[in-house]
Amino acid sequence: MNKNTDNSIVQLASELRWKLGDNFHDKLTEGIYTDASLIAAQAVEEHGKKRNYTLDSKIDKIVTSKKWGFPIMIGILSVILWITITGANYPSGLLFNLLIDTLYPALKSLAAKIGMVWWLDGLLIDGIYLAVAWVVSVMLPPMAIFFPLFTLLEDFGYLPRVAFNMDALFKKTGAHGKQALTMSMGWGCNAAGVIATRIIDSPRERLIAIITNNFSLCNGRWPTQILIATIFIGALVPASLSGAVASLSVIGIALLGVAFMFLTSWMLSTTVLKGEVSTFTLELPPYRPPRFWQTIYTSVIDRTLIVLWRAVVFAAPAGAVIWLVSNVHIGNLTLADQLIGWLNPFGVFVGLNGIILLAYIIAIPANEIIIPTILMLTVANLNLVGVGSGNGVMFELDSNLDTANVLMAGGWTVLTGVNLMLFSLLHNPCSTTIYTIYQETKSIKWTTVASILPIIMGFVVTFLVTQFWHIFIG
Amino acid sequence: MTTNQIGCEDCAFHNVNSLKKLGVDTSDTDYVIALAGNPNTGKSTVFNALTGLRQHTGNWPGKTVVRAEGGYLYDDKKYKLIDLPGTYSLLSTSQDEEVARNFILFGKPDVTIIVVDASRLERNLNLVLQILEITGKAVLCLNLIDEAERHNIKIDERELAKNLGIPVVATIARTQQGIPELLSTIRDVAIGKIICKPRKVKSLSASLEESVNQLAKKIEEQFPGLPNSRWVAFRLLEGDERITEAVLNNELKELV
Repeated sequence: MNKNTDNSIVQLASELRWKLGDNFHDKLTEGIYTDASLIAAQAVEEHGKKRNYTLDSKIDKIVTSKKWGFPIMIGILSVILWITITGANYPSGLLFNLLIDTLYPALKSLAAKIGMVWWLDGLLIDGIYLAVAWVVSVMLPPMAIFFPLFTLLEDFGYLPRVAFNMDALFKKTGAHGKQALTMSMGWGCNAAGVIATRIIDSPRERLIAIITNNFSLCNGRWPTQILIATIFIGALVPASLSGAVASLSVIGIALLGVAFMFLTSWMLSTTVLKGEVSTFTLELPPYRPPRFWQTIYTSVIDRTLIVLWRAVVFAAPAGAVIWLVSNVHIGNLTLADQLIGWLNPFGVFVGLNGIILLAYIIAIPANEIIIPTILMLTVANLNLVGVGSGNGVMFELDSNLDTANVLMAGGWTVLTGVNLMLFSLLHNPCSTTIYTIYQETKSIKWTTVASILPIIMGFVVTFLVTQFWHIFIG
Repeated sequence: MTTNQIGCEDCAFHNVNSLKKLGVDTSDTDYVIALAGNPNTGKSTVFNALTGLRQHTGNWPGKTVVRAEGGYLYDDKKYKLIDLPGTYSLLSTSQDEEVARNFILFGKPDVTIIVVDASRLERNLNLVLQILEITGKAVLCLNLIDEAERHNIKIDERELAKNLGIPVVATIARTQQGIPELLSTIRDVAIGKIICKPRKVKSLSASLEESVNQLAKKIEEQFPGLPNSRWVAFRLLEGDERITEAVLNNELKELV
């Protein structure tokens, strides 16, 4: 393209801008508004001069009120979680039966029949297949319930009301009110939440929204929270209450995430990302009855399958890595044992253990496979007899009780469970999210901050909880 | 309308280069159609109704932050539909508005569909008027007329079309009502059967009007036949870097 040496247009523009003063933008907007109202006045006819918005505003008066806004929000979230947790059990069990109890032995015997080499059989079936099967059976049912419910809520028009309720809080922390929307997206998937920050126009506030999105407990982490809460916290109360108590503790973790999001936003906006809070208009759209079946269909296609596919793509290589570290020997010990030995002192220091830390390193690509990795490494590391099927074989135990037994044998206590739940909330984002953050910010510096900051917070929090626990509980 | 000859705009290779630059694959496409509108006007529903895709349509502002693409076949012609981010205006610095305005300006879509919420016409018109400063090849899709009716609002489509200078089609995209009419109107604008006379903003203050005209005249001197010199003038007065760059490197010549 030819460079234009004649820049007289640009010069004239800046002269005129100087002459017009700095309210050019307002003047232009004013002109457009005047025209718009003139045209509308000629074309719009209102019968009876009465707009029928009464039902909408009645609902809004309640769901955005100071008194009821927050309780209703937490209530709706609790109901959705409860339906997800209780509803997912049965289909999860079915899938498990099919993929792991039936198909897995069939594959193994087929491999034996055609005489597959032991390491290839191990890598492919014990490593990759099991990781993928686990992710599908554990993730698909809760997602197939959670996403459509969330989508129905979205279609109904509730999400902007959430943003409206939380706007004042965001303003106090120096962040943008629209961050409430990107935060809720993050509950589904952090990568999606990070992309959604494009609706925030100020770069400063957008960066805050990107860095803090990881504090929204994402879909991949819900199952971990639910399982650990059921085993360690639900078990503390009578069986009839355990489901409710487990749900409540998971909600507690999610709300704690919101608290950390506010804290971090405030810390960033008072230090490195100082600036004015920008104002914005948020339209509260009319409530619209969602079209039930179409919503179910689109949310299964758009969200559930896409997120599931991503998880499968990342779980497959991670399964291979898990199998490899448990079967490659250095000296007398497997690579996994070596690594666990190195990580353990630090892990115990912050109230976790070496196995958990190694599992988080292996599972950077996908948070979903944390629990099976932990179980597998625990069994292999302790050489438990009678559970699992061999080194590096990912498995699920038939009941939560079995899982609990393995973890207890690994020296887990309620404290370890609590710390795992906290650490699952506060650690680095998964690799997809990290990549997305880089894509959106184009800055290695901010990508690093967004990745490292939560993990430091996680270690500090679990360390402090451990110290307090030892002082007050024992 | 633009000074282009009808024959040029009819041709499949019309403005292919600038579209490629914006990341649009134009192979095998006869017309490129942009879909613009405020958030919450059912824009994504219109997109789905036209393309048969089932993109999720959320009921919250800012759902479409990424540009979505789809296509359809009508009258043996292939149309590519670009769903732009839903915005209230094209004047701010946020990324979604920048994407939308630069696509309409530099991408020169064959037709721009502007989806508006019939029950909130006045507010929606702000965006319509801004788009009409950029392009004249536009169709107004007056969506959600069922909701407007429920709120006792009736809209005189002919009056509206007369004032805006572009065709107006009333739709209920959720139930496909009005979609056939929308399809044929898009075709008519694309092939030049309907020639639009887009409304330009009139109610500017005297000093602003004078400055804009002065600048627009200078722009037209250097880029004769530029259809949106007034918009370019607005953006230059605003200090838009992308447009300043386009003036300095003569990119505007391609928009003639």
